[in-house]
Amino acid sequence: MSKLDSKVPKGPLADKWTNHKNNIDLVNPANKRNIDIIVVGTGLAGGSAAASLAELGYNVKAFAYQDSPRRAHSIAAQGGINAAKNYQGDGDSNFRLFYDTIKGGDYRSREANVHRLAEVSGNIIDQCVAQGVPFARDYGGLLDNRSFGGVLVSRTFYAKGQTGQQLLLGAYSAMNRQIARGKIAMYNRHEMLDVVKIDGKARGIIARNLETGEIEKHSAHAVVIATGGYGNVYFLSTNAMGSNATAAWKIHKKGAYFANPCYTQIHPTCIPRSGDYQSKLTLMSESLRNDGRIWVPKKMDDVMAIREGKLKPTEIVEEDRDYYLERRYPAFGNLVPRDVASRAAKERCDAGYGVNETGEAVYLDFKSAIDRYGREQALITKGDKNPSDKLILELGEALIKAKYGNLFQMYEKIVDQDPYKTPMMIYPATHYTMGGVWVDYNLQTTVEGLYCIGEANFSDHGANRLGASALMQGLADGYFVLPYTIGNYLAKEIRTGEIPTDGPEFLQAEKEVKEKIDFFIGNKGTRSVDYFHKKLGKIMWEKVGMARNTKGLEEAIAEIKAVREDFWKNVKVPGTKDEFNQELEKAGRVADFLELGELFAKDALLRNESCGGHFREEHITDDGEAKREDKDYAYVAAWEYKGEPSEAILHKEELEFNDVELKTRSYK
Amino acid sequence: MDLTLKIWRQKGPEDKGGMVTYPISNISGHMSFLEMIDVLNEELINKGDEPVAFDHDCREGICGMCSMYINGEAHGPDRGVTTCQLHMRMFKDGDTIHIEPFRSDSFPVIKDLVVDRSSFERIQQAGGFISVNTSGNTQDANSIPIGKEDADNAMDAATCIGCGACVATCKNSSAMLFVGAKVAQYSLLPQGQVEAKDRVLNMVKQMDLEGFGNCTNTGACEVECPKGISLKNIAIMNTEYLKASI
Repeated sequence: MSKLDSKVPKGPLADKWTNHKNNIDLVNPANKRNIDIIVVGTGLAGGSAAASLAELGYNVKAFAYQDSPRRAHSIAAQGGINAAKNYQGDGDSNFRLFYDTIKGGDYRSREANVHRLAEVSGNIIDQCVAQGVPFARDYGGLLDNRSFGGVLVSRTFYAKGQTGQQLLLGAYSAMNRQIARGKIAMYNRHEMLDVVKIDGKARGIIARNLETGEIEKHSAHAVVIATGGYGNVYFLSTNAMGSNATAAWKIHKKGAYFANPCYTQIHPTCIPRSGDYQSKLTLMSESLRNDGRIWVPKKMDDVMAIREGKLKPTEIVEEDRDYYLERRYPAFGNLVPRDVASRAAKERCDAGYGVNETGEAVYLDFKSAIDRYGREQALITKGDKNPSDKLILELGEALIKAKYGNLFQMYEKIVDQDPYKTPMMIYPATHYTMGGVWVDYNLQTTVEGLYCIGEANFSDHGANRLGASALMQGLADGYFVLPYTIGNYLAKEIRTGEIPTDGPEFLQAEKEVKEKIDFFIGNKGTRSVDYFHKKLGKIMWEKVGMARNTKGLEEAIAEIKAVREDFWKNVKVPGTKDEFNQELEKAGRVADFLELGELFAKDALLRNESCGGHFREEHITDDGEAKREDKDYAYVAAWEYKGEPSEAILHKEELEFNDVELKTRSYK
Repeated sequence: MDLTLKIWRQKGPEDKGGMVTYPISNISGHMSFLEMIDVLNEELINKGDEPVAFDHDCREGICGMCSMYINGEAHGPDRGVTTCQLHMRMFKDGDTIHIEPFRSDSFPVIKDLVVDRSSFERIQQAGGFISVNTSGNTQDANSIPIGKEDADNAMDAATCIGCGACVATCKNSSAMLFVGAKVAQYSLLPQGQVEAKDRVLNMVKQMDLEGFGNCTNTGACEVECPKGISLKNIAIMNTEYLKASI
């Protein structure tokens, strides 16, 4: 096994980034004009990187599969973005944000990267405000903060429940400015289908124009992948329908190692599945757990009566309810981190206590909060110490509406039940993938000139991501890290000159892409792409989902392989290749998920411990909690592609912890 | 429930296109409108027909990709929703549903229900930004206090998802709600003042170049806007435009 070089700079943790920046080679402005960079994906990471690189003077070509960069799925992030500004004076600091992130990630992330993330976090807020992002403010006109799960300070900046949207529109506006100046060439409705390597370096991509079907060759001196996570390997997730792993997987096949695929975040508060036609799952912000209490009935008779529609949840008395998070985790109660809350819901539903027809739902109840707020408000606004039930309800509901109105409305639109009157039903769903393309401290993959940023890389969240940290990482990578670190590589490229796209490497890559498309169109099989995607998703969810064991994982590996073989024999793609063809787009993406899924299961099988989002049933403490095995597994598992996923070779990057002590996470 | 769908089918930009009728059965009220189209498409694929092309992505009402004109309304009969948030419980057994693309000369059809909204992109590129570099040397975020009311109003304007429902709805194919929302967002913030004049002049100029019509205060755009963007933003834009033109 080779030793991966993370290229973490020497010196004390807090000085590494500053020292590193001081020693990065610079490219003079005249030379920057002659250097091209391709950025694939234009969400928070890709959009901010494209804008920043263009501002520096490089020629950027940016690619998005949607019809505008403004539609990338970063836009759906609700809650907020963390930054160690300490505006609330509650003792926050770069070190605390660093520490919380390392701990929240269950000690499976790289110290130096996480500390750098904390260091640049404050600047992100400065930058976004300068761009006109309308963050929430208090009456003094200063920025407001809220608190999020798993931490003890208020460091989350937000813009109502649409923080991701506003940050993305900020990056989008910065891109637009550069598009207008001609420094970014924007390719909307384009999908990258392969990377082109020349003499071991990434030199361009093959992309399909999704409107016309034309296959295009684009060259550059460096290629940046910012295409998000692979949560749609589960078919059902909170990701957008088009979110896919194709760019990340294609570069993996061309030599970029893929790290920790088994680290996936299952978010506890999503709206449950309602039927087989379900196409995606909708997240309800984690902030709801501040006021909602999670429960299932204690008695199986009540569960059955509820499922048959003979009993309403509001009719079940307090003594017959099992507030299982409060019971199991008295210290954190309903505010335990996401992975813990998700597993606890699954435990109850597996035991048969799920409260909807599918048996996969628990209640999130605001009755106590409405009551508590109603009494408080009656006293504050009316001086009423003995308010009537009617007044309590009225005032309590009004306050809940002010806090969560848009979420309650969203829930009602989807489920057709009024969550003010009856508890919400929720169930965990795949939300984020911590694993991804392996990168060094400079965000470069194991292929020279090929970089990977944002959710697509593996670097900062370890085995579990804290709320409001995805937006932070995407923008940190794109605005403040990559634009510096890429300089070291590009400084050596100033004499390269323009890269032609008619060399043998480009032609070969183009040929392979075209052959695959011809195969899909010509296969004339019997089953639609979705049929296979749903099959894969079911295996992943049942056997590589919230809780995993050796037997299930071994079965999953065999079953995914079988689905993949079936796919290549029997997939049916209607239409032609020279037109707008959404089934053809999906076919290519699902083909890649069918390989990634197997590697995912293999990685999960190898990791004989429970950590963060990866829970192995064989590795639990006496009271059923996750048990890490630091002696054997404090490493990053980086996989090298060798053909079939079963043949992938493992490379280990041992994680060193010099500034924090490894502890067992406890929320009891 | 059982329904009859009449859907606009158009092979490509040059094709004339027309309505095609599809019966569909066993539709649950809990399905979203797009999931109903998924079911139809699966049936079409299995029969050997071509599925209906339609834009969609996040399916939670925020990306602005979905763009169907349903029974004569952008995003269909419900209020404050995008097509992906529209649920089939809004319809009755036996209903006939007409589904068309968002129509405007400035939104040419690419295929079936998919339209080209790149005109919106060009308007944003004409001035929908604040010219500040991402150097990391900007001043501290709290050094620019902004009154809560202004910040909240700017946020309300900024929630536009760029779907184009306003244009599809407007009898004049006007994009003024879309453009007004961006102009208003920046005009309410101190950061936006420096370039205020150029911004509004350039964005309006591009809007006209793209062939969008003018506002005649019908207010249909505000009604159909899935995010409830207020007509007030058009008034703000007009004020800014006048100030910049004097």
